[in-house]
Amino acid sequence: MEQLAFTALSALTLACALGVVLSKNAVNGAMCLLLCLAGVAGLFVQLHAYLLAFVLVLVYAGAVVALFLFIIMLLDMQGGRPWRPRGAGIAAGVVAAALLITGLDLLAVRGRLPDAAPAGHAVGSSLKLYAYQLFTTYLLPVQVMGFLLLVAMLGVIVLSRRMAEPGDTR
Amino acid sequence: MTPHLESYLMLSAALFAVGFLGVLVRRNTLVIYMCLELMLVAATLALVAFSRFNGTEDGDVFVFFILTVAAAEVAVGLAIIVALFRMRRTVQVDELNSLRH
Repeated sequence: MEQLAFTALSALTLACALGVVLSKNAVNGAMCLLLCLAGVAGLFVQLHAYLLAFVLVLVYAGAVVALFLFIIMLLDMQGGRPWRPRGAGIAAGVVAAALLITGLDLLAVRGRLPDAAPAGHAVGSSLKLYAYQLFTTYLLPVQVMGFLLLVAMLGVIVLSRRMAEPGDTR
Repeated sequence: MTPHLESYLMLSAALFAVGFLGVLVRRNTLVIYMCLELMLVAATLALVAFSRFNGTEDGDVFVFFILTVAAAEVAVGLAIIVALFRMRRTVQVDELNSLRH
């Protein structure tokens, strides 16, 4: 049953990821990204990371994709020109794909990876665990993240003011 | 029967590869940006899978930080793209070549 759900969710995720890459229209790409994120959130639920699934949907699907859609509509863009591969690019791509497939094959054949740990805590206790970790072990990273968010906010404010025109020396 | 850790890692690698393909292939800056987000989510999936299969919380906490950084990055990146569009009237990467020598 779980295997079936995993197969369905991963197929959905991969298909939508390919949709992001291949769709001509940027709005369709953003919608595919939304579905792909929903698939990843489903996989998180399967991995018992309920809180992270919730946060992923809230932050990514709620905020990030909506922001992307706003900007796409604001700029009113057309799809890009079709891609024409050149010789060196094709060769590099083939080598990279071969390396990736070799690595995955080695992982599948020789990897000694642990089985799933026994299913852990209920949602509430896991939430408490996250909070405990965030306020003890990871207190400094939390502070740094807060500072990063402040800097990003200031940066966006500065960037979104009207910039000087290219020929304008002021 | 639960899926193995290998399957999650394969899926994560495949997602990352698809995102990277998009970054290389597409010419539209916004679509490239969406593909970057895809790569971040792929790394996130691997972290959550490792965390679950090792029975620790550290991977999950790191995913929190990744989500925060991703949100900040999207805000700044989209502001840059909009500023670029205001100055150059285009978001196609092959027309944005003023740094070429």
